[in-house]
Amino acid sequence: MLGKTANGLFWLFRYLERAENTARLIETGQRIALTRLGDSASEWRSVLQSAGVWPAFEAAKGEVTKEAAINWLLRDRGNSSSVYSCICAARQNARLVRTALTGDMWEAINSAYMNAQENLGRQVAERDLPGCLRTLRQNTSLVRGMTHGTMLRGERYDFARLGTFLERADNTARILDVKYYVLLPSARAVGSALDNVQWETILRSVAARGGFRMEYGADSGPRDITHFLILDQRLPRSLAFCAAQLQENLRSLNAGNAHPSDAMKKLDFINRKYLAHEVDAIFDYGLHEYITEIIALLADLAQEIEREYRFYE
Amino acid sequence: MSSDPFFDEMWGTSQSLRDPYATFHQWFDAEDPARLRAKQREAEDLFRLTGITFNVYGRAEAEERLIPFDIIPRILSGNEWYKLSRGIEQRVRAINAFLHDIYHKQEIVKAGRLPAEMIARNEAFLPHMIGVEPPGGVYTHIVGIDVVRTGPGDFFVLEDNARTPSGVSYMLENRETMLQMFPELFSRNRVQPVQNYPTNLRRSLAACAPEITKDAPVVAVLTPGIYNSAYFEHAFLADQMGVELVEGNDLRVVDGRVAMRTTRGYTPIDVLYRRVDDDFLDPLNFNPDSQLGVAGIMDVYRAGGITIANAPGTGIADDKAIYSYMPDIVEFYTGEQPLLPNVPTWRCSDADDLAYVREHLAELVVKEVHGSGGYGMLVGPAASKKEIADFAKKLDAKPSNYIAQPTLSLSTVPTFTAKGLSPRHVDLRPFVLVNPDGIQITPGGLTRVALKKGSLVVNSSQGGGTKDTWVLED
Repeated sequence: MLGKTANGLFWLFRYLERAENTARLIETGQRIALTRLGDSASEWRSVLQSAGVWPAFEAAKGEVTKEAAINWLLRDRGNSSSVYSCICAARQNARLVRTALTGDMWEAINSAYMNAQENLGRQVAERDLPGCLRTLRQNTSLVRGMTHGTMLRGERYDFARLGTFLERADNTARILDVKYYVLLPSARAVGSALDNVQWETILRSVAARGGFRMEYGADSGPRDITHFLILDQRLPRSLAFCAAQLQENLRSLNAGNAHPSDAMKKLDFINRKYLAHEVDAIFDYGLHEYITEIIALLADLAQEIEREYRFYE
Repeated sequence: MSSDPFFDEMWGTSQSLRDPYATFHQWFDAEDPARLRAKQREAEDLFRLTGITFNVYGRAEAEERLIPFDIIPRILSGNEWYKLSRGIEQRVRAINAFLHDIYHKQEIVKAGRLPAEMIARNEAFLPHMIGVEPPGGVYTHIVGIDVVRTGPGDFFVLEDNARTPSGVSYMLENRETMLQMFPELFSRNRVQPVQNYPTNLRRSLAACAPEITKDAPVVAVLTPGIYNSAYFEHAFLADQMGVELVEGNDLRVVDGRVAMRTTRGYTPIDVLYRRVDDDFLDPLNFNPDSQLGVAGIMDVYRAGGITIANAPGTGIADDKAIYSYMPDIVEFYTGEQPLLPNVPTWRCSDADDLAYVREHLAELVVKEVHGSGGYGMLVGPAASKKEIADFAKKLDAKPSNYIAQPTLSLSTVPTFTAKGLSPRHVDLRPFVLVNPDGIQITPGGLTRVALKKGSLVVNSSQGGGTKDTWVLED
């Protein structure tokens, strides 16, 4: 398979994942704004930070308002990570690697794009926002489902999955990076109303609120949330889950070679140094440093994959 | 109207239903026009979803356009097709023999059948190809012959496309769409299939692999990239054939072969179906600014390291000035009379012809020798006095750049409009595959239709649409 095709598949799935995660961040932000439990401007600022677009937003728009934040995250083409920009970029990559996709996958991506053009091509009224985000989530889910159901399990599939899980791990890590302070043990064991809202925000951002309550009980606190998002192998958005998937796909790509690939070695390092501990060890190490380091290592792993599989040269 | 001078393929010239359309007519009469209108919209949605669009040059991604599709099929009988396809085969054989000759001994010039300057001064003649023996002796692996019709048995070749003919994806997707929308029509009519084209194309290309090929030939499609107007077709064909779609920056010359960059290193390509023009193919040998080609591919080619389809330099065979010599060319190389006539053509490089053309501009169609896509041409009967006067100046400045033809009474085919079925003018581009074992023509081809009432220009860039083209089994 062409290096260019690997690159296109990798980014197609990164962008789809990013679109979906950003959509979820918007939903969470909107929910907090509506329940009026937090300080809206600072919440939107942290949503923009979690999405990794704060510096660009500040430079382009300056003042944080709900409308400005939602518009920037949702549909501004000046923001290359806005939901709309991501869908356009995903579709552009899909065109580039059209021969590596099944017809079903291509149609799902193309219709996601056509719906986005229609829904996000113009200003979205507040009352239309929930429906608009729901359509988007369903559209990206359809792409995932078609991929799961129709794509040959081989090299191409591996690159698609690598893109998905690198992006997802990065997104989860960023949410933790922005909110780490509300999870520190120095916060009270039984949270204030404000703490509870913050915890809830984190769980909603990774679509894990229900599962968490079910598994960890009503009295669970920040320590459990941290464990859940980082180390719980059952949560499809936890760092440990993403790392396990990455490992599987890197192994599959390396099948037939006697030695592990450089990317495998890098992932192995992340696994051993960061994901093989108890949650208390993470707090001892320093949650913020821990997360910052993981984000950097994930970026480094992505670069290694690009190099090793000749994405560009 | 009975005074209509045009031949209609459904109704002839005397409003009597022609045989190939009998079953269709029966079906159509029983159809509810409202349902058909809904079907027409459904067809557009299908095209949009599958992404069968063309890019408009220099516009943003939002500017992908659909070529309008008309749901009424164009229907030819098996017998009509048989005659037509024999003529096409003869012509394509002659084109390949002609290309071999002009890049080798130039016997046609020595025999006095073609003036030497038609080759020597022709911009499409590629000196790099002199003495080169393409693998399998094939120059034009894929040809599109544009045919127009003026009466029941009167077909004319309007144009030969021997470089990189496009449109075959529309032929295939039009059929696919019709099969989804009107399955009952295909149950009632025995329509010859077109769906084998991609498989045949891959086999045909593989059969032209160079001798150096080991194992199964590696075939790839070379595209100028995602912004090219025909990118959809390039991706479509690569996908349907199950081969890689490459761009210049995926390729480089490695150990005397052209190789593509894969996730595991460079893999040699045996046959490259290129959709990039000669000029851009090799920055070392041709346009040095080209980012679309592969540096050194011409040297690999001349050394027998790769098959390029179509071969470089085939453009000389579809040059519009050469076109006027095609009847001689067919006769010279096949020893037979041409089965398919040319449209009468005046060469403006010739003083007498030029004088005639100048006198009759208002009646003629004047085309640039190297033009395509319906650009830069004058349609006399449709032009204003000022347009004609302006064109005359261009003509006088460089007469050899133009040819002229009479305005043909192109046949019409019923087309679905707001007022029901209305006749619209059509042409036809059948697609031909050439390999050392023979010539294959897919039954039918791409019918282009001028959707504007009375218009004779079918090009998609000028408001033309397409139709599914049926060849019935008699």
